Amino acid sequence: MPTDTTPTGSQTPGRGGLYARLSVAQKRTVWAWGFLAVPILFYVVIRFYPTGNAMVLSFQEWNLLGDRTWAGLDNYRTLVADPVFWQVFRNTFAYLLLGTPISLVISFVIAYHLDQVRFLHGTIRALYFLPFMTSAVAMAWVWRWFYQDVPIGLFNNMLASVGIPQISFLRSTTNALPAILAPAIWAGLGFQIIIFMAGLRAIPRSFYEAAKIDGVSSWTVLWEITLPLLRPTIVFIVVLSSIGFLRIFDHVFNMTSADPGGPLNSTKPLVLMIYQTAFSSYDMGYAAAQTVVLFVILLVVSLIQLRLLRDR
Amino acid sequence: MMNRRIRTPLAALATSAAALAFAPGAQAQQVTIEYWQYFFESRVTAMEQLIANFEAANPDINVEMTHFPYADYRTRTAVAIPAGEGPDVVQLFYGWLNDYIAEGLIQPLPADPFSAEMIGSEFFPMVQAMQVDGSYYALPTAVRSLALFYNERLLEAAGVEVPTTLEELVAAAAATTERDGAGNVTQVGLTTGMTAQDHHWFREVLIRQFGGEPYLDNYRTVNYDTEAGRAALDFYLGLEEQGVTSTGFMDEPQAAFRAGRAAFHIDGSFRIGALQDSRGLQWGVTELPAGPDGTRSNYASYWVNAITSSAEGAEYEAAVRFMEYITSPEAMEIWLEVVGELPARVDVGMTPENADDPVFGPFIRGLEYANTTIFADESAQRQVMVDMVERVRLQGMDPGESLTAAATAEQAILDSYYNQ
Repeated sequence: MPTDTTPTGSQTPGRGGLYARLSVAQKRTVWAWGFLAVPILFYVVIRFYPTGNAMVLSFQEWNLLGDRTWAGLDNYRTLVADPVFWQVFRNTFAYLLLGTPISLVISFVIAYHLDQVRFLHGTIRALYFLPFMTSAVAMAWVWRWFYQDVPIGLFNNMLASVGIPQISFLRSTTNALPAILAPAIWAGLGFQIIIFMAGLRAIPRSFYEAAKIDGVSSWTVLWEITLPLLRPTIVFIVVLSSIGFLRIFDHVFNMTSADPGGPLNSTKPLVLMIYQTAFSSYDMGYAAAQTVVLFVILLVVSLIQLRLLRDR
Repeated sequence: MMNRRIRTPLAALATSAAALAFAPGAQAQQVTIEYWQYFFESRVTAMEQLIANFEAANPDINVEMTHFPYADYRTRTAVAIPAGEGPDVVQLFYGWLNDYIAEGLIQPLPADPFSAEMIGSEFFPMVQAMQVDGSYYALPTAVRSLALFYNERLLEAAGVEVPTTLEELVAAAAATTERDGAGNVTQVGLTTGMTAQDHHWFREVLIRQFGGEPYLDNYRTVNYDTEAGRAALDFYLGLEEQGVTSTGFMDEPQAAFRAGRAAFHIDGSFRIGALQDSRGLQWGVTELPAGPDGTRSNYASYWVNAITSSAEGAEYEAAVRFMEYITSPEAMEIWLEVVGELPARVDVGMTPENADDPVFGPFIRGLEYANTTIFADESAQRQVMVDMVERVRLQGMDPGESLTAAATAEQAILDSYYNQ
C-alpha cells in the first residue's frame, strides 16, 4: 500500500539516495561515527597533534622567540650526560615506589575497616574524602609551614616543647622527599578509599556466608576471597596512583618554591625539571626531550602493571 | 600620601577624557599604538596616568595598554611578539633583552632623541648595559636597588646603632639574635637566604668588597673562584657559623622581617610597598654596609621599555614619541610617587628631596655605585649560588671546593648560552 507514495524520493534520486539506500545497521554506524567524530576531532587537535609536535620538538632547538632549528639527538645526549637528570629520575621513582604501595596499603586498611563500621559511617567517610577535594596548593603551603623550624613550625614546636632537638624536614637532602610525599599520599587517600569501598561492596555476600558456614578464619577470608575478588579494583588504583606519583608536581613545587625541587635537587621530580627547563630557562627542545622520556616511562609502567595484574 | 596617590590619576583621567572628547573631530589622522606590561596594581595605575598625560599632549596618538598576570607575562610576550601579534612598545625585564635583540624582535632606539651621549650622561651608569654595538635598545622608567632594612624596636631594645660596615652589621646582628633554652633561634639578627636577594648581594657586593671582580668579559666569564671570592664566601657562611643568622628561618627572609622576628634584612626597593602595609612594624632603611676597606657596591635591576619590530611607519613615530615621554623626568617623578620605584635619571633621583628621603634615599644613593649583572639565565644562575651554600651546609663540602664547583657550573651556563 505505501509503495507508490514516494513522489519526493523520486525527484531527488541522486542526493537522498545514497543515505536512503543504506540499511538500518549501516545508518546506525553512520550516526555513531558522526557523534564519535566530535570527541575524536577534539582529541586529535587538543591531544595528539601537540603530542606529536612535542616529539618533533625534542629533536629541535627552540627558545620560543626565534625559529626552531634541527638539533638531531643533541637534546637526548645532553639528557643522558646530565647528572641532574639522573638524580631527578631516581627521585621520580622514589615517589612512585614509596607512594604507590604505601597509599595502597593504608587506603585498603581504612576502607576494609570503614566497611564494617556502621556508626557515623557517612561522616567518617566524608572526613577521609575531604583532603581529596582540597586544593593541592593550599594544602602544600599549610604542610610547608607545619614543617618549619621553631618558632613557626607545628611539628618542631611540639618537639621543642618536650625537649627533643628539632628535625630538619624540608631543609635536608634525606628528609625532604618523604616529608613532601606524606601530604601527597594523604591527599590522594580519600579517593582510593572510596574506590576500595565500592569494590568491597561489589563482592557478593554469599561468598562470606559460605565461608562463615565452613568456619574459615578471617585471614583466609581476606586472602582467599576479598583480595582476589578486589583484583580489578586494585589494578585500577595501582595504575591511577602510579601515574599520579610519576607526575607529582604541585606538592613539590609549592613546598619548595624558593628552591624548586631542592635542597640540591633532592626532591625534584621529572615534571618539575621539565617545567623549569621550559619556563625558566626557555630551552623548549630540551624540555620536550624530557617530556618524551616521561611519556615513555608512563607508558612502560602502565603496560607492565596492566600485564602483571591482569585477570588470568 | 594616600590622597595624593588617588587624586592625581583621577585628575589626569578627567583632563584626558575631556581632551579625548574633543579630539576626534579635530584630528583626522589617529594613530593607535599598543603597550604591554605585567599586572601590578600600582604599575598599571602609574602607566594609566602616563598614558593620559601623553595622549593629552599628543592628541593624534592613542595608546592602548594591555597587561597580563606576572606568571604568564614572559611566556605570553615571547609567543606573541615573534608571531607579530605583540605590542608596539613592550616592557621587558632587562635580563631578557639579549634574546630579543638576537632574534631581531626589538628595534634600536633612534639616536635622536636617544643619543648614547645623552643616556650616558643623564641616566644612572648601570643603564649602559642596555647599549649593544653602539645603540641603545631599551630604556627603563625606573630602577631598583638593594638596601639594608632594620627593625627599629629590636635595635632599640638591644641598644645597637644602625650599622654602616659589615663588621658593625655582624656585631649588631649578634646583639639582636635571640634563642630559646634549647638553643633554637627564635629571632634572627640578619635574615639570609641565597634564594632571596642574597645571591645578588654576594655576586655584586660582597665579592667586590673583598677585592674581587665577579665577572670579566662583559659578564661572559666567571671570575669569583679567586681569593676574593673565597673570602666573600667565608664571610657569608660565617654569618651562620657565628650564629647571627639562620638560613630558612621562618621560611622566607622577608616573612621573618615583616613578622618582626628579624633585626636586619637585605632586600630591594620593591619591598617598600609591602613593608609600608605591615601594621605595627617600625622599620628604617640604610645603605648596604661598606666592606672591610670601605668599598661600597650595590646591585640594580630594572624593567625596560622597548619598541618592537612590529611598529612601522606612523606607529613607529608614535612609539618613539611615547618612549620619549615615559623615560622623561616627569614620567619618573610620577612613577616614584605612584609605584615607589626609583628614577632612572640622575637629575631626578639625586635631587636633595629624593636622595635624602628617609625611605628612598638609601636606595637612590646606592644607584651611584650599583652594578647590574647581565644574566644569561637568572634562575639557573641563582640556583648555582643556592647550591654552592647548600653543599657546604648539608653535605659538609669544603667551601673552596664548593666555590670552584659553582664557578664551573655557572661558566657552563654562560658558555652554552653565548655559544648557541
